[in-house]
Amino acid sequence: MTAEVLRREPPPAPADATSRGLAERVFRIRESGIVVVLALFIAVTAGLQHRFLSASNIQFVLVNTVIFALLALGETMVVVARHVDLSVGSVLGMSAYLSASLFGRHPGIPLPVVFLVGLGIGLGWGIVNGLLVAAGRVPSLVVTLASLYIIRGIDILIVGGSMVTANTLPSAFTDIPKETVLGIPYVAIVVAVVVAAGAYYLRSFRSGRDLYAIGSNPAAAKLAGIPIGRRVFMAFAASGAIAGVAGVLWAAQYGTVDSTAGTGYELTVVTAVVVGGVAIFGGSGSAVGAALGALLLATINSALYVLGISSFWDQAIAGFLLIFAITLDRVISVRLTEALRIRSSRRAA
Amino acid sequence: MQHDIVPTPGLTEPGLPGDRSRPAGLRERFPWAFRWEALLAVIVVVIAAGGTAASPEFLTSYNLFNLGLSNGEIAIMALPMTLIIISGEIDLSVASTLGMSSCLLGFLWERHWPMIAIFVVIALVGLAAGAVNGLLVTRLGLPSLAVTIGTLTLYAGVAQILLGPTTVSDFPSTYTNLGVNAVPFTDGAVSYSTLIFAVLAVIFGVVLHVTGVGRSIFAMGAGSEAALFAGIRVKRVKTVLFMVSGLVCAFAGVLYTFRLSTSVANNGVGLELDVVAIVLVGGVSIFGGKGSVIGVVLGVLAFAGIQNALLLTNFNQEASGIVAGGLLLVSVFLPNTAPLWRWCAARYRARLAQIS
Repeated sequence: MTAEVLRREPPPAPADATSRGLAERVFRIRESGIVVVLALFIAVTAGLQHRFLSASNIQFVLVNTVIFALLALGETMVVVARHVDLSVGSVLGMSAYLSASLFGRHPGIPLPVVFLVGLGIGLGWGIVNGLLVAAGRVPSLVVTLASLYIIRGIDILIVGGSMVTANTLPSAFTDIPKETVLGIPYVAIVVAVVVAAGAYYLRSFRSGRDLYAIGSNPAAAKLAGIPIGRRVFMAFAASGAIAGVAGVLWAAQYGTVDSTAGTGYELTVVTAVVVGGVAIFGGSGSAVGAALGALLLATINSALYVLGISSFWDQAIAGFLLIFAITLDRVISVRLTEALRIRSSRRAA
Repeated sequence: MQHDIVPTPGLTEPGLPGDRSRPAGLRERFPWAFRWEALLAVIVVVIAAGGTAASPEFLTSYNLFNLGLSNGEIAIMALPMTLIIISGEIDLSVASTLGMSSCLLGFLWERHWPMIAIFVVIALVGLAAGAVNGLLVTRLGLPSLAVTIGTLTLYAGVAQILLGPTTVSDFPSTYTNLGVNAVPFTDGAVSYSTLIFAVLAVIFGVVLHVTGVGRSIFAMGAGSEAALFAGIRVKRVKTVLFMVSGLVCAFAGVLYTFRLSTSVANNGVGLELDVVAIVLVGGVSIFGGKGSVIGVVLGVLAFAGIQNALLLTNFNQEASGIVAGGLLLVSVFLPNTAPLWRWCAARYRARLAQIS
């Protein structure tokens, strides 16, 4: 696609129309790349093993994607603003345990309350992260690395040696991931809507667009009058709150929650986000791409299983994919900049 | 809002030079006393004192031996990480390189390779793993954070492919004694891991603080472009740094395997965060250009000391992350509050002036 841009003669269209066309192309490349890879993967796997496209397997993949797609939404908000949130795994773990343990302590507690508690726990930690980053002026990598440890440590102290077991949870709760509409899990639809809404917010609302501005050039964003501190704070608060809700879903899906829930999720989420085309240094990418990244990782996982390949290959493929994704992204952007430069110099001449 | 003074969130540099708000005196006369390393040394002493007070076992040679042994690999990996972070990059693949090397050791030993040949292969694989990171970062211009998260997953994946669910543990005791015997003439307090760390720390310290290469590492961390214009081969030095990191981590993997006399696919998983935390606690700036090996050595001592003191006081060992994370946060947050206090003081003075 980019090679074509290079070869083509400058079109007769007016200047701003061309640049808009190019910009649109860049935007399309970001998501279309991952869609192509995803389609290819599904096609090949389904060709080799028809079981892959069975209703139960699709359901399995979607439910597995849901938690990571949610986390990826929050992470996207943070990463586009040139920050990173490494604490999501620990927040998820604490929220999963505390919310699930509510059923044991208060039998008959309504489900929405449990979700609100999870959201509140996540929001609380998100606010702490956000304050330290935005007002405390500590680099987010350091803040969230520290809070990853601290939150997990507190979680371990709270949980102690005990755990929440599935038999203490009401069936209405553990059935959440199992209920389907036309064969598609109910939660997958809800999460898809949430991700779409999040992507729309980031793309079309002023405060959402501000995050991209901050991420692509913090100094310029400040000069443009964007309230950087407030926006970054909001992004961290949102990421925390989303991780809190994801924790409740995690508890519903796995049933058994101990102090290790969600350990190491932070790196998987960042992988999904970057594979999904969100630049690690901010400024570009979308929540839809990030969710597709999560879907791709879950698909690979399941494809290996269905094809009978040892799941030990899973990680290596994910790692390779991430490196491939950022390399491709880099090559494309270098070519595009070159094409733009050639074009503008021709126009000047 | 006070923080609007500085352009980007999280990008402030504490302790700006040319700060004249404090009357000349102590700071000028004893500049070393105002460095983070000085405070860290005090913290280490406090931890040691606290540990000794909490448990009479803290300063026994047996405990010191175990303390050094169990933190040896993390400490060793922190040294190349220090140089990489000072140069303005990061390497998150260190623990996976350790794991990969550990699995390779088990994999080849199971296939009856001679130990010397295995060591050579591991060294080459370590160098290659680092070279992949270095070349992707320098030649393609990719952010090292993303590249090394990718290779973190990739190398851990290779480790899993190599060993799968099997465990190799029939290593000869000549090698596994590494985790049992102490260095002679040290009263049993110094493990070989500690000795190796000390030797490497001196080497890395000399390279970083005495040689021209070390100066150039600081220069490229402070400004990659400026360093390039000053004639520093930024790409080459960074690639070499990543390769050194790969080699050292592969070596740490051998140590890890022999110490536990087990080679298993998940060896070392998650240690990269400990390594980064130690380096940052040691006063190295995450943005590069600042830091010292002495600070990192103190960071290692603080980190290991806290974990060990908590262990001896029967605090839930796994929850010691609270203290480690708190230390990390304080180490970066505290210097950052200096401008805030100065701002408050200036504002207070201005108000006083206004009133009078």
